[in-house]
Amino acid sequence: MSLSSATSDLPARRKLRLDPRSAALIEASVIPLAALLASALIFSLFLTLLGKDPIRFFALVWTGGVASSFSFQNTLQRAAPLILTGLAFAVPARIGMTLLGAEGALVLGGLASALVAIPMVLAGWPVWLGLPIMALAAMAVGGVWMGIAGWLRHYRGVNETISSLLLTYIAVAIMNFLVEGVFRDPGSTNKASTMPLGPDWRIGDMPGTSVHWGLAAGVIIAVLLWVLMERTTFGFAARIAGGNLRAAQAQGLAVGKLAVASCAIAGACAGLAGFFEVTAVHGQANASLAAQYGFTGILVAFLARQNPLAVVPVALLFGALGASGGLIQRRMDMPDATMLVLQGIIFVTLLVSETLYGRLPFLSTEQAGDRT
Amino acid sequence: MIKANTKPRAPALEALHVSKSFGGNKALDDVTLKVDAGSFHALLGENGAGKSTLVKCIMGFYQADKGQLLFSGKEAQIQSPREAHALGIGMVYQHFTLVPCLTAAENLVISRPDTPMVIDWAAERAQLETFMETMPFRVRLDAQVATLSAGEKQKLEILKLLYLDQRFLILDEPTSVLTPAEADEVLGVLGEMARRGEVSVLMISHKFREVTAFCDSFTVLRRGKFAGSGDARNANVAELSAMMIGDAGVRPPAIREPTVPEGPELELRGISARDEEGRALVSDLSFNVRSGEILGIAGVSGNGQSALVELLSGQRPVARGELRVNGAVFEPTRRNFDRFKVFGLPEEPLRNAVVPRMSVAENIAFRSFDKPPVARRFGLISPAGIRRRGAELIRQFNVQTSSPDAPIETLSGGNVQRSVLARELSGDVDILIVSNPCFGLDFASVADIRSKIMDCRNRGAAVLLISEDLDEIFEMSDKIAVMSDGRLSDPVPVAQTDARRVGNLLAGQSGLSAPKPDRA
Repeated sequence: MSLSSATSDLPARRKLRLDPRSAALIEASVIPLAALLASALIFSLFLTLLGKDPIRFFALVWTGGVASSFSFQNTLQRAAPLILTGLAFAVPARIGMTLLGAEGALVLGGLASALVAIPMVLAGWPVWLGLPIMALAAMAVGGVWMGIAGWLRHYRGVNETISSLLLTYIAVAIMNFLVEGVFRDPGSTNKASTMPLGPDWRIGDMPGTSVHWGLAAGVIIAVLLWVLMERTTFGFAARIAGGNLRAAQAQGLAVGKLAVASCAIAGACAGLAGFFEVTAVHGQANASLAAQYGFTGILVAFLARQNPLAVVPVALLFGALGASGGLIQRRMDMPDATMLVLQGIIFVTLLVSETLYGRLPFLSTEQAGDRT
Repeated sequence: MIKANTKPRAPALEALHVSKSFGGNKALDDVTLKVDAGSFHALLGENGAGKSTLVKCIMGFYQADKGQLLFSGKEAQIQSPREAHALGIGMVYQHFTLVPCLTAAENLVISRPDTPMVIDWAAERAQLETFMETMPFRVRLDAQVATLSAGEKQKLEILKLLYLDQRFLILDEPTSVLTPAEADEVLGVLGEMARRGEVSVLMISHKFREVTAFCDSFTVLRRGKFAGSGDARNANVAELSAMMIGDAGVRPPAIREPTVPEGPELELRGISARDEEGRALVSDLSFNVRSGEILGIAGVSGNGQSALVELLSGQRPVARGELRVNGAVFEPTRRNFDRFKVFGLPEEPLRNAVVPRMSVAENIAFRSFDKPPVARRFGLISPAGIRRRGAELIRQFNVQTSSPDAPIETLSGGNVQRSVLARELSGDVDILIVSNPCFGLDFASVADIRSKIMDCRNRGAAVLLISEDLDEIFEMSDKIAVMSDGRLSDPVPVAQTDARRVGNLLAGQSGLSAPKPDRA
């Protein structure tokens, strides 16, 4: 094993000479796209083995997710909560935390907004005042819930991945306990639910569409969080702490506060998704809140490389997959778990593709002799 | 494969005229090392002297560029550690290589190159017990390694080599993880085994006391060259340290200007800190560093210096005592770093000072990103501002990088350290805390970095320099103190001490102020 084989001794190989920022951008686009392509191929193989036509499958995804205005709006509708839950994974990831608790924060956020609505509806408060209070309640509860995971991590050394995952089960149990117990609406006979919000208290669709306002909120928050993480002192400090905790400490940065704040922001995003699920989709809080949006959000954030802006298009992609699920089930006679198989394959190829960063042979900005 | 009766059959080893270069850097230059059969030989030298490189050439990790290896008188070509093991050369590394969750017996059996697919544990146990009978020290075979003390683990590492029938033992600073009592026991037993002709031992060390107390002979390396060898039992510490350190002054030393001790002052009063398991890392440190003064703290790695830097830079909480800057109590927070103009150059910058994946310009902005002009209203920052300021400092501090946007991990060690200097020393500095700033760097970078630190002192900063490099301590310091076992000797002006006295203190011997063996 000789060390003299360091690249510095070799003549410069033929490589694209790019400035580091463009190289990073190309890398961050090419690798996830390649991973998507690879998962599509693997999934095609899976379909072929089942005796189904993969081309027909992808055609149906197009038809069911994008082709008509109805199907596209269906996609947008499903993308709205995915943007928010994707952000809930992406933001703590920048500080080096793997937070899986968006599902729990979403459920509790939705529950909180449904519960604070009850006295306001009964007292006849104006809707313009009530809805923001509901949204704030949802964000506060989600934020505190995930803040717990951040606090445990920093001050007690508890692994945030495990604690946030376990907190999700607690959150779902709390919701079931309250919805099936004291807050159950006597009218909800089939599925235990809280008191239904009247039509006045529902958030409507954006003008000219059948897509609720949650999508607009998601896009705006994605932009705001991009600015927060890329263009503010908070984001810069979070990147230092995420990149090298010891260096962040040596710079005197309040790493504990940064960690808790990042988790709280994540929880607030997920809680807001819960608020939109309640006010725009279900009209009440019930077990339907736990619809796996929190977990799909992890996948969204992964594919988006934790970039808040990229979360938006990726959420649309997964929205389209979800929207076309029903159509595929009917036309191709396949179980609805098919889409979960595809998601799983995407996740695995993405994880594998993580190993490619810095190794694309045609992409290098390293100068000969830079490394010694 | 295990023979119950150990006949005297220690091998001899000679490495003749070995040279090894990495790139343009000569790590070993015509070095000769001779270890007689049945001797306990010490290999001495400072960091970067080439000890590890030489040992790695013997073990087959590296191939020497030139030179010859004789093992028991026969020429040996060792291409890999596996071949070294086959010849009977085994090594104990500075860090344990045992599997903590397995028992001692399991660790021994799995270390064998021929471990069978199905292990007959009853037979192995019987064999291990007979083996243990013949050994001078024992380790409980059923004990899980994680539950063993450091001393027992080190014994088990040595037993492992003997179990594998390796009779030429290379130990890389084997006592750095042991308490003095454990160290004495292990070394004593090894010495006896060598005398009985059962093994030959080559030990890398920088503890003179161990060398003179336990070894038979020694070889000293300095900057990749043979610096001397002799009989360890009659060697004196002054001779050894003179060989290790050599006469400094290869490089023009940084220019020291007269300064007035008025202005910023760093003061420690009774500082103690403990590690996660509650063991004392540093105890009752009290000293002060005045304006225009460099206080050099010498010490062998692992005697509490890292802990001292960590608690000054906020990476470790202070258990007891008080830090003061300019008379006011100082808590190591970002606001106080700025208020008191406290800056630092931690050791291993890639681990302690930079974010490897962030760009050079961003890393240079760590001190300034939350202050104008980089930070504007609402905490917004300007990436263009970061890049512009970064490019300016890159030029000023002569950092070699392809672009301010290149990730700092793509730079060489010297350039990473220059980037950190650019960040920490570009403004007004009142207090500077420096730890092993030149470790592993080439001579040009060393001169550059030392002169920057000296400039800082000349401008009136109070500089605390912690270094394992005695040359550096003597070149840079106004006062010198020695850290040993978490305690500090009284700082003495550099003119009133010399390498011999510092060497004695380094080895933990009583000197100017004897550290008490107090482990409260």
